[in-house]
Amino acid sequence: MKRVVITGAGTINSLGHSVPDTLEAMREGRCGISDLEFRDVDRLSIKIGGQVRGFEAEGRFNRQQMSLYDRFTQFTLTAAKEAIDQSGIVFSGETAARSGVVLGTAGGGVSTWDDNYRSVYEDGKNRVHPFVVPKLMNNAAASHVSMEHNLKGPSFTVSTACASSNHAMAQAFQMVRSGAAPAMVTGGSESMLCFGGVKAWEGLRVMSKDACRPFSANRNGMVQGEGAGVFVFEEYEHAHARGADILCEVVGFAMSSDAADIVMPSKQGASRAMAGALRDAQLNASDVGYINAHGTGTAANDKTECAAVADVFGPHADELMISSTKSMHGHLIGGTGAVELLACIMALRDGVVAPTIGYEEPDPECALDVVPNEAREAKVDVALSNAFAFGGLNAVLALKRV
Amino acid sequence: MSINDRVIAIIAEQAVLEPSDVTPDSTLEDLGIDSLGLVESIFAIEEEFDISVPFNANEPTASDFDITNVSAIIAGIEKLVAEKV
Repeated sequence: MKRVVITGAGTINSLGHSVPDTLEAMREGRCGISDLEFRDVDRLSIKIGGQVRGFEAEGRFNRQQMSLYDRFTQFTLTAAKEAIDQSGIVFSGETAARSGVVLGTAGGGVSTWDDNYRSVYEDGKNRVHPFVVPKLMNNAAASHVSMEHNLKGPSFTVSTACASSNHAMAQAFQMVRSGAAPAMVTGGSESMLCFGGVKAWEGLRVMSKDACRPFSANRNGMVQGEGAGVFVFEEYEHAHARGADILCEVVGFAMSSDAADIVMPSKQGASRAMAGALRDAQLNASDVGYINAHGTGTAANDKTECAAVADVFGPHADELMISSTKSMHGHLIGGTGAVELLACIMALRDGVVAPTIGYEEPDPECALDVVPNEAREAKVDVALSNAFAFGGLNAVLALKRV
Repeated sequence: MSINDRVIAIIAEQAVLEPSDVTPDSTLEDLGIDSLGLVESIFAIEEEFDISVPFNANEPTASDFDITNVSAIIAGIEKLVAEKV
């Protein structure tokens, strides 16, 4: 088995348009959640979200590209460019032929669906732009990354709701670890912050109207975000040979299915995923210094996740740190694990653990060190990144400092 | 603007050219418009004139709409616009 390292990272989200800006915001415990701005927002009961501001697609992409790129693809291409530029990897020849791109998204081109349904249903129009299908399809972003960066190996899109990115990165990890690919571009993106996208979530009645406060006793639901996180996963020798700067190592992963309920989380399913990731990485529970929680800020997730951590880690659960950066950037749904992986990289590489902001009242059912409100300096050797999706599909990645 | 000028403006925009560079005997290939570009141009023409262009991208030659060159396209559209009234 090959060793797998991360040599490039890119992002755009409500905290920043790049990795340095996002990490600075996480260090400062800044909140990217604010009043949503888009058409018909006054007809929503949920009016807040982690919306990307000041992102002008015009100028960044040409006219033809604009007609083909939904916002989720625009985010992906922006983050992918940052990651690949940072990595310095050049996809040509044999490297290009064997390297691919695996990305996660839950909804794909949601605003393209939304705009065009509005056009035919509300405005009564009888034709839509010919590129509606290639623009909204879930694999559009992965395909455009492959075209833009000459990635000719295995490429596809994974859609497992809130665990999409983690499942995608797990696939990329496996491909590099098995030797099938020298490098993979991976991560995920989401852009559901439009009228239809938020209206659908409202229906579940799990959304907060004021803030995302994971683990806090007064938490009252999740808040949506948008954006993308993209990474270059590369085989260690390949990265080392070209003198690449290694951000951290990916050492294991596990996936599990609750096989229980379509929306309610399961302690057993979450536990099996975390324990499985440790086993896959050949690590002891006591090696883990930081967990980037799924931490949605819903009553059910946070207490279930904390109970699962207590189960898996035993007494060490009280020693480790666990935080939810969703309190800052919101829940990016299919893109969330990718943006949250940045907090793990910051903990491992910079020794700074991102906080859970908005934390106001301790909850006895979430009695762990959730790094409340302020970032903390700490030496972290191993970090886990959790994602537990609707549908009971869980994926956990284990990362290690290099 | 005449139908001729409006169609040429749409084709020129698609080809990222000046309207004066689009001549009656230019073919879509001459102008660098590929199959996706053609479908997009037809959409723009349908929107502009509120007509339905009988064009099937699966079988462009079998469609009842001649796309041999710019003048053929303009003639086809003039006919469709006339039939509409």
